[in-house]
Amino acid sequence: MNWDMVGIWLGALTTLFLYSFLYRDNPFYKFAEHLFVGMSAGYWLIYSVFNVLIPNWWDRMLPEGGGFQWVWLIPGVFAVFMLARMVPKIAGLSRFALAMIVGTGAGLNMVTFFQSNALAQVKGTIFSVATGGVWSVFSSLVLVVGVVSGLVYFFFSKAHTGMTGRTASVGITILMVAFGASFGYTIMARISLLVGRVTFLLEDWLPTIPRLFGIGG
Amino acid sequence: MRLMIPLAITFIAGMIMILNFFIPHQPFAFLGDNLQEWYMIVASGAIFLGAANLMHVHIRKIRLRLKNWEYSPVTIIGFLVMVVTGLVYGVTENRPFDYLFMNMVAPMGATMFSLLAFFVASAAFRAFRASNWRATLLLTSAFLVMLGQVPIGAMIWDKIPLAKVWLMSIPNTAGQRAVMIGAAMGVVSTSLRMIFGIERSYLGGAD
Amino acid sequence: MAGIYDKLSNLDRRIIFILIALAVIIPITTDLVIPNIVGQEPSRDLFEFVDSLPEGSIVIVSFDYDPSTMPELQPMAEAIVRHLFRDGHRIIGMALWPQGASLGQDAMSAFADSLGRAQYVDWVNMGYKTGGAVTIARLGTSMRAVFPTDRDNVPWDDIPMLRGVNNLEDIDLVISLSAGDPGIIHWVMMAKDRYGTPVGGGCTAVSAPQLYTYLQTDQMVGLLGGLKGAADYETLVGLLEGEATKGMSPQSVAHIVIMLFIVIGNVTYFMQKKKGGAR
Repeated sequence: MNWDMVGIWLGALTTLFLYSFLYRDNPFYKFAEHLFVGMSAGYWLIYSVFNVLIPNWWDRMLPEGGGFQWVWLIPGVFAVFMLARMVPKIAGLSRFALAMIVGTGAGLNMVTFFQSNALAQVKGTIFSVATGGVWSVFSSLVLVVGVVSGLVYFFFSKAHTGMTGRTASVGITILMVAFGASFGYTIMARISLLVGRVTFLLEDWLPTIPRLFGIGG
Repeated sequence: MRLMIPLAITFIAGMIMILNFFIPHQPFAFLGDNLQEWYMIVASGAIFLGAANLMHVHIRKIRLRLKNWEYSPVTIIGFLVMVVTGLVYGVTENRPFDYLFMNMVAPMGATMFSLLAFFVASAAFRAFRASNWRATLLLTSAFLVMLGQVPIGAMIWDKIPLAKVWLMSIPNTAGQRAVMIGAAMGVVSTSLRMIFGIERSYLGGAD
Repeated sequence: MAGIYDKLSNLDRRIIFILIALAVIIPITTDLVIPNIVGQEPSRDLFEFVDSLPEGSIVIVSFDYDPSTMPELQPMAEAIVRHLFRDGHRIIGMALWPQGASLGQDAMSAFADSLGRAQYVDWVNMGYKTGGAVTIARLGTSMRAVFPTDRDNVPWDDIPMLRGVNNLEDIDLVISLSAGDPGIIHWVMMAKDRYGTPVGGGCTAVSAPQLYTYLQTDQMVGLLGGLKGAADYETLVGLLEGEATKGMSPQSVAHIVIMLFIVIGNVTYFMQKKKGGAR
């Protein structure tokens, strides 16, 4: 059996099943949708076992050279606690695991977001003030005014009236330009995905139809 | 009282990560490194929880004959097929698990999201209105980006790509940065609230 | 005339669907070619940075995406991998998204043989690791702790190209191909801002506008945004028949069609409003 051809047909059929939704919701779409969810979950689970749990936990707890590294029992127990959520009587145990995840994430995020997304951005804005040509100075000015007025717009502890209101109004204007750019990019992203699938159907799958029926060699 | 231990764990884990950042020496380096490795293991537990929950939901749907229960076996079989082929053949390239991924999971994933191309076009036709000057500005910005991003834009007028680059580098950066700084402040305050036990909704409500 | 506007405002969405499908299908079937021009884009910055790396540099390519964004990110992955192989660099592939591990393997193995690059000597796929930012933080102190083995269970010590690699400071460049969270943002925060390793990347068009902020601050050396970024990189690498470059023609036509939809939608809206029938 030509497994490459089978693979292309499997991909094409599931693609067409999903596109049938464009006409209306139907059993073909539902079939493919449910299959996708199940297979994706299976994939995720297997990769977590083979790429994370076995090398990063099991092999360390029970190394090849022998012995039992008991300290690795701790994260294992915490991971099992996570599953306790499925059993109402012991669901409270899952809080221990959740607390560890949330605490670690919060500690890391607090410093890194402040460093990269606040301080570095403020610094970048201050140092953007250019000394080049007129256009460069104008651009720097737009950047600085845009960031400051945008931040004023997000500052709700003071009523947006008077000077604050006028600055916030400039902020909204800059934000509108940014959101417009985001919209333009979003359109591009969605169309790109469609181009990818249509290319697959037209260039990979369609040529297999004559071959399947023995036409054109 | 039942929240005391989880809150203490959150505090200790959070403080270890903060101290590890500012004082990357012993004992904080040792504690931070271990915590980071443990985190990977515990987070994997969440993936098992997700998979178990998915199976639980679909088995329940079949048992109670809930709406669309006929498709639940498809999810369960799809899940089991991937798990069994993965366990039997491993994840190496050109083995059955990889074959199923490349020829079924990948095309379905790509198609599912490409459906959005149609809906975004329909939504743009129906909802994208230049109803005031700011909406017009948004529309103009979107048009400039849409033209500047594709080669046809340069064919219409060769300055369009330049204008797009400026728009992205200056006004877009300014707007995005304002959002980014605001959000970073939000992350900092929420993280502090979590570490110090003020925010505890993630544990299932206040005690 | 008013009848036309009413009809347009109540247009069956399936007609819009058909028009969008045709806008993509016709340029592909007619082999319409609109040459892609690379201006002073962040994609050029990334290309030039990679080009300036000394031969034999070690580059982490993190495949942080899944099939849902494959049409945008896989061409980037292929063009970047090709460029790195061609210039004699070594690639450590990895993934913060599980499905990225397979897609990365596909991209690297597709070019390795034809460009004479050997697995474990010139490239390796370390596979998927959960944990996002926390995992990157650990890579900064010990890569071996995060990757005791590669994707196919080969131990770290048995991989020749990893000798002398201890942590992110030994890496010359990180390229994250990112569809969201975790992805480029976390690499910038950890690898660049904490450990000083240069970070570049490619992302879906949806997340590109947000990442421009990191370009102006030099937190990123360059960025490929969506299919345009992928097409730019293909053009710069010399892959003129690349998937992304070919995709730019249907992309162009579809953009024009959507813009026409918006214009028609607005004309309809204003005409109905003028007649007092706007909703």
